[in-house]
Amino acid sequence: MTALPYLAILRARFVLMLQYRAAAWAGVGTQFWFGAIRVLTLVAFYAGAGKQPLNLPQVVTYIWLGQAFLAMLPWAPDAEIAAGVESGNVGYERLKPVDTYLLWFARALAWRAANTSLRAGPVFVLAALVLPLTDMADWRWRLPSSPTAATLFVVSITLTALLSSAITVLLNIVTTAVRTPRAASFLMGFTNLFSGLVLPLALFPDWAQPFLLWQPFAGLADIPYRIYFGALAGPMAAKGLAAQALWIIVLALIGRWWLDRVMARIDMQGS
Amino acid sequence: MAQINVENLCKTYHVGVRDPGLGGALRGLFQRRVREIVALDKVSFSLARGELLGFIGPNGAGKSTTIKILSGILRPTAGRCEVNGLVPWEQRIAHVARIGVVFGQRTQLWWDLPIIESFELLRDIYRVDATAFMRTKDRLIDMLKIAPLLDTPLRQLSLGQRMRCEIAAALLHGPEILFLDEPTIGLDAVSKLALREFVKELNRTEGVTVILTTHDMHDIEALAKRVIIIGNGKLLRDSSFESMRSEVLGERRLFVDFAADNGDIAIDGATIRARDGRSVEYAFDPARTAAHTLISRIAASHDVVDIRVEDPKIEEVIARFYTLHGAVES
Amino acid sequence: MNGTALYLRFIAISLRSEMLYPTAFMLRLVSQFFVTVIEFGGVWVLFARFNHVRGWTFAQVAVFYAITSIAFAIADGLSRGFDSVGPLLIKTGNFDRILLRPRSSALQITGRDFALSSVGRLAQGLMALGVAISLLNPDWGVAQWLILAWAIAGGVSLFFALKVLEGTLAFWTTEGLEIANTLTYGGEAAAQYPLDIYASWFRKFLIYFVPIGCSLYFPVALVVGRAASGVPPWLAVLTPATGVVFLFIALAVWQVGIRHYTSTGS
Repeated sequence: MTALPYLAILRARFVLMLQYRAAAWAGVGTQFWFGAIRVLTLVAFYAGAGKQPLNLPQVVTYIWLGQAFLAMLPWAPDAEIAAGVESGNVGYERLKPVDTYLLWFARALAWRAANTSLRAGPVFVLAALVLPLTDMADWRWRLPSSPTAATLFVVSITLTALLSSAITVLLNIVTTAVRTPRAASFLMGFTNLFSGLVLPLALFPDWAQPFLLWQPFAGLADIPYRIYFGALAGPMAAKGLAAQALWIIVLALIGRWWLDRVMARIDMQGS
Repeated sequence: MAQINVENLCKTYHVGVRDPGLGGALRGLFQRRVREIVALDKVSFSLARGELLGFIGPNGAGKSTTIKILSGILRPTAGRCEVNGLVPWEQRIAHVARIGVVFGQRTQLWWDLPIIESFELLRDIYRVDATAFMRTKDRLIDMLKIAPLLDTPLRQLSLGQRMRCEIAAALLHGPEILFLDEPTIGLDAVSKLALREFVKELNRTEGVTVILTTHDMHDIEALAKRVIIIGNGKLLRDSSFESMRSEVLGERRLFVDFAADNGDIAIDGATIRARDGRSVEYAFDPARTAAHTLISRIAASHDVVDIRVEDPKIEEVIARFYTLHGAVES
Repeated sequence: MNGTALYLRFIAISLRSEMLYPTAFMLRLVSQFFVTVIEFGGVWVLFARFNHVRGWTFAQVAVFYAITSIAFAIADGLSRGFDSVGPLLIKTGNFDRILLRPRSSALQITGRDFALSSVGRLAQGLMALGVAISLLNPDWGVAQWLILAWAIAGGVSLFFALKVLEGTLAFWTTEGLEIANTLTYGGEAAAQYPLDIYASWFRKFLIYFVPIGCSLYFPVALVVGRAASGVPPWLAVLTPATGVVFLFIALAVWQVGIRHYTSTGS
């Protein structure tokens, strides 16, 4: 089994994304604006506050990371699948001579990688390089806390991409099984909250921390970002990476098993 | 005074150009190149009230551009145009209240609503007086035979049924001009015939001016006495169809089925076009040799099973016209 | 039939269409409610740790949050038609049909899609307001409630105007959706907190550049009892009118968009 079809998918996704030039620039603007509002809000909160599990520079960096890698999260099922469900053409997915689960996984991964790479760069340039030159340097995106942190971050964000793809495929499966294109939209709130995008998980009440670390969404944002600025270091970082890997495997297995059953039904009934 | 007057209409589009491939797409992020397309080049014509005009031309020739300008949804780059004394794109609301437009393959009716409710909504949108609406509606329902469909939502109707309802919808507000853009596309034979009959009747009894754009030449044959041909943005021909036919491809065809295989099937006054066993197709110029002369000649020297005389297919005439004028698809 | 009656007709039809698919509708409504409640929950968690932001308590901020949510929900429900101008109308060529009808195009677009599911967000806003009131226990009279209602009206006009501008973008680029999100959702995000927690340059930006602050911050601050410094009460009450003015401007820009569309074709 070669990787060629999957590479082709990745390339096609890139070209498609780059075609929408206005959308690309607009997307960067949007991320930057939301990042700025969040940063300024938290700056206001931290003024006159005592010691917190994360200090202000860390929280600011967290927010910028969140904006840059926003496209990495599993926001919605694959648009083609949602459309296919509406038109009843989902069965056509089976016409492709590749394993359906891997196909969907590759597509999800390509989507995440392409979208993110287009956004992360410019947001980084604006928040990490341009901002320090202004008098808003306090609110800049800071560099990783150490070379180790940087390396571990790269590992962690790769795991995030895989985790997000596994969740996206699950969203695809839910959409296919329930046959409504918007079936998965209510999950968005949970994704937002438990990944840490609404608020860094460390700022949640202390009693919730152990649970928050081990739930599947933590690996989508909170774990890699905390590794980035060293809030998770050493054994804690290892735990974070392990949590991510664990959920990737579990969700992939569930997804594979469930997809086989859904597709078997589709093969039998035609839709 | 003409109802529709078009003078030196010009329209140029500016289209963005992007290089292919990944590199081109990346470049496209930063720069924008533009290509100019001349869709209409000084097109002029006028139409009197109650005329039925066929509007033909290759794809991309400028037909739909002209229709869009006439209906007021597109502004020309240069030139003048008046419909019922109004400039379509300047006085949009007053203008569109007096025209009806049917796009083949697109519908203006609401997907989930029963047809009659769509009709009533259109009455409200077009501010049609209630009694006039009842009269018009009933007559259209009768002429188009859509009474059994009235309580069905649009999504449950077949294409032929949809098109009939679509035409009724376009006429509910009693427009003086009806634009039909490829109305018979995708319809089965029976629906096509019914539609042509209806349009002919409408034009004849109500005096509604009709402009018909189509690729189906049988529509033209059945309906349009006058034909305008657009090619490469230019007006190539504005005349009756018959006069164009006799100029462009005046020859006629003679089909003969011989009783036996003959060595010599050449006939004076006609050229052989094709041969398939005992069936032979000849072409001849009716201006020089009459059909009956040829038939006598053949019958005198051969045993014949069947003979028929035909004009070239209308598609052939049009295709030849396009070729003569270098009108290509773009 | 005049414009208002026609608009109500459109809404009735839109509602009926939406009700044809009750499960999908309920899913949308419930998910909207959930997503917005969770956001509000995030604010609560923040306050659980920090107790106050520049002197504002959770209950006070909740009032701002609630009023913004309510205004946005109403505007969102009314203006959903403008969201889909690009993909559903312009890309498919169906926008021509809108121009072929002897009615204002903005009226037709607004009437196309009345999003009842925005009730989900509205419910969240009302819930947040309820929480705020139960915690604050304010003694608000008719005057205060009228001011809040007027602030909501100004907010609705403003968010509606932003949606109109978002739709207008579709005339120039069919992929303009995302930057419009900056205007609409970004605007909502900006107004959820009392503006004076922000540095003064940002506050000025939010008041003068995109007048979110005007319609919502000044009147609500007045009602909550911490009026913006240097702004007399009569001015604070007047400011929601800027939202209405902004709406008229947005509609004028929409006309410019139509002119561009008819000049360049599709």
